[in-house]
Amino acid sequence: MAMSLAFHIVFACVGIAMPLMMVVAEWRYLRTGDEVDLLLARRWSIGAAIMFAVGAVSGTVLSFELGLLWPNFMRWAGAIIGMPFSLEGFAFFTEAIFLGIYMYGWDRVSPRAHLAAGAIVAASGVISGVFVVIVNSWMNTPVGFRLVNGRPEEINPIATLTNPAALHETVHMTIAAYCATGFVVAGIHAAMWLRDRDNLFHRRAIAIAFTIGAIAALLQPISGDASARAVARLQPVKIAAFEGLFQTGPHAPLAIGGIPDLKARRLRYAIELPSMLSVMTYHNPDAVMRGLDSFPEKNWPRPLIAVHLAFQIMVGAGFAMAGIALWGFWLWLRGRGIFASPWFMRTLMLATPLGLIAVEAGWVVTEVGRQPWIIYGVMRTADAVTPMPGLDITFALYSLLYLFLGVTVAFLMWRQVLESPTSEEIVALMASGG
Amino acid sequence: MHLALWLVAGALLANLTLYVLTGGADYGSGVWDLFAIGTRADAQRELLTHAIGPVWEADHVWLILAVVILFNGFPAAFARIMTAMHVPVTLMLIGVVMRGSAFSFRGYGLGDDRARRRWGRMFAIASLITPLLLGVIIGAIAAGRTPANPARLSDFITPWMTPFCFGVGLLALAMFAYLAAVYAAAEAADPALAADFRIRAMVSSIIVGLIAGAILLLSINGAPLIWNGLTRRVWTWPIFWLTTVAALAALWALWMRRFALARICAAAQVALILWGWALAQYPYLLAPDLTIFNAAAPPRTLAILASALAAGAVILLPSYGYLLRVFKRHQRADRIVMAARREPETR
Ligand code: HDD
Ligand code: HEM
Ligand code: HEM
Repeated sequence: MAMSLAFHIVFACVGIAMPLMMVVAEWRYLRTGDEVDLLLARRWSIGAAIMFAVGAVSGTVLSFELGLLWPNFMRWAGAIIGMPFSLEGFAFFTEAIFLGIYMYGWDRVSPRAHLAAGAIVAASGVISGVFVVIVNSWMNTPVGFRLVNGRPEEINPIATLTNPAALHETVHMTIAAYCATGFVVAGIHAAMWLRDRDNLFHRRAIAIAFTIGAIAALLQPISGDASARAVARLQPVKIAAFEGLFQTGPHAPLAIGGIPDLKARRLRYAIELPSMLSVMTYHNPDAVMRGLDSFPEKNWPRPLIAVHLAFQIMVGAGFAMAGIALWGFWLWLRGRGIFASPWFMRTLMLATPLGLIAVEAGWVVTEVGRQPWIIYGVMRTADAVTPMPGLDITFALYSLLYLFLGVTVAFLMWRQVLESPTSEEIVALMASGG
Repeated sequence: MHLALWLVAGALLANLTLYVLTGGADYGSGVWDLFAIGTRADAQRELLTHAIGPVWEADHVWLILAVVILFNGFPAAFARIMTAMHVPVTLMLIGVVMRGSAFSFRGYGLGDDRARRRWGRMFAIASLITPLLLGVIIGAIAAGRTPANPARLSDFITPWMTPFCFGVGLLALAMFAYLAAVYAAAEAADPALAADFRIRAMVSSIIVGLIAGAILLLSINGAPLIWNGLTRRVWTWPIFWLTTVAALAALWALWMRRFALARICAAAQVALILWGWALAQYPYLLAPDLTIFNAAAPPRTLAILASALAAGAVILLPSYGYLLRVFKRHQRADRIVMAARREPETR
């Protein structure tokens, strides 16, 4: 399950953010008549369609896997969390319908209707992401039922939608999708641009993708800070695990790097900023932070090191991207723009995977950080699993399948990039008037 | 509360029906892709590809929606099916993944001809296996063979390793192929292509009839619940005769080359077969113990789910209708082919 999700999330991010980029390109074309924008919209839409198809099939696998792997979880929680999943189903539907119209309808519907179809795809991608993440946030802060003898009673599915973690998780995830996709697309085009520097096609692509990615990268630390504070309130043991904070007390330090040492019960080799964690979480250096020592050890997230490192990786990647975004805006303010600085473009190229790394790490933070619970404080992961023997075989099968799909998609995308137009072809295109 | 339960159960059946009529036919197209023969083999493939290209992803969501309704409305049944049917469901999912990705890789892949042909073959083979497994799963559900507490590995295999289950699998495959052939005949503008698919449709119609008869006989031992349901209830004969009439009408329409009519009759025939199954096992979701009443989610969940489905339908149905109108009415599939040829970028 975790592996299917790790795979699916890449396609989900692209499915959320890519449609916005192609719609922006098409909208520019409709406004200015610039053929480069049209070419860009078409090229991007083909990439998006391949990613969408793989996202759709891997998502189908997920919706069955919930039952294949976690039958007890689903029997218990199906009636509670089915609501966001059903709404998500409708969002997928809209997305799939209008993607069909967008991809095959270039000359069958009016230009405005076509643009509108793209905009609907972009919106329903966001909405479907929001609904699934609501399910995930419910697993962190379960509400909408009363426990009676270990069974849920008085189920209120509407309350599920507004569970306490829903807002910060959905906002953070949506921004993450724009951030990650923006940096991936900008990075790939930057690599191409570095080889062919007069290429208008890549310039335009970078302008659109980097703008979206950079805005998202600047918002993300703000949203992440809100998430961290919400987690401190809702799941204090989780934030202690993020930070590798063993001792309860005031003036809690913010740790950078480091390896949690379970025997000595302290964080080794970390750079510690005194009192910073208390300040960031409660805006007060004297505030008491609860460390791992104030929770029974059987409720600590395991493996602790995975949670701590993943958190560091996410935050590190986040600040790196925010820095690149600031650099880019500074170049732009100075008037010469980002294309005048090859060093900037090289950095952008190197930053290609940062966003996706942060997304994967962020999910490890949330998911492993929630262990040993599948539903926080209510059901343990070990109690939810299927009785089916030989699960390793299923696991190996899915791994092979995803490996195969991943390699193929990467190869196809690579081809798609290689076949992008050269600057001579674009000049010819402009000269012929399209 | 009862109203909500009926709405949810009805929506589940409606969803399955729509999936079979649309998504099922998309699988059937893959079957004909595999068996494309003769001088017009390439033209046949191209017609099929362009007929399903714009719609298959949307058609596929009917399945997802059905799964979601099942686990929201009847969580206990969902958990039981997914536990007992772990193996065939897993295999079917691999088929789903292969089919969908191979199709889009072929369509958008920009590869050379050899690579595209390889994807095409994978698409076609996956289109053959997936419906077979879907049918096997439905057969096992109909036979009431989903053990409540599977413990040994054999509990996960033997329930569906029966002639009846594989019979249902073959029936699903044949029905999907039949639908695809009828739709393709209706959508082909070139009379020669339409004639190709007309023959295929008529042959598969007869095969569907034969397999359906065989399954009825197999069900005496293989699925007594279905056999009793089909033979002992008042509504059985109306459904049986309606199905027969629809089947014969479809054959007649194909014979007369009235393809639009054939399309409606064939769809009605397949829908009636599905409803016959549903009615025969009513009120059971999973015999011998889970019915739509005792496997249902609490009333409040059902009421909210029913309203969500109604609200969703208000958005969904017009959008889906719009999709079909843009791609299926007036403009025939092979004209899309020509448009796409003129504009290689759109592919
Ligand atoms: C581009 C991706 C990205 C970036 C740059 C960041 N994050 Fe993040 N983070 C995610 C992508 C992400 C995520 C994958 O989207 C998660 C997983 C679950 C979720 O809601 O968002 C997440 C979860 C997540 C959580 C856990 C929420 C929970 O368990 O409820 C916290 C506390 C933070 N993040 C904090 C931060 C901070 C302080 C950042 C500072 C720069 C940051 N994130 C950058
Ligand atoms: C709505 C979204 C999600 C849901 C409902 C969900 C559900 C679950 C469940 C039920 C588990 C516990 C079982 C297990 O250990 O595998 C789990 C664990 C896990 N999930 Fe998720 N997940 C979601 C999103 C993601 C994503 C996008 C990732 C991507 C990286 C991810 C990564 C993981 C990992 C790494 C674990 C393993 C934790 C461990 O076993 O220590 N999850 N998730
Ligand atoms: C338990 C977790 C999840 C399940 C069961 C699930 C289910 C699905 C399904 C069934 C589809 C296919 C829809 C179609 O055919 O159009 C899909 C696609 C999609 N999923 Fe997920 N998903 C999960 C996790 C996530 C997460 C964490 C996100 C991210 C925010 C997400 C966002 C999307 C998006 C945007 C699509 C559209 C396909 C695309 O554009 O690539 N999903 N998912």
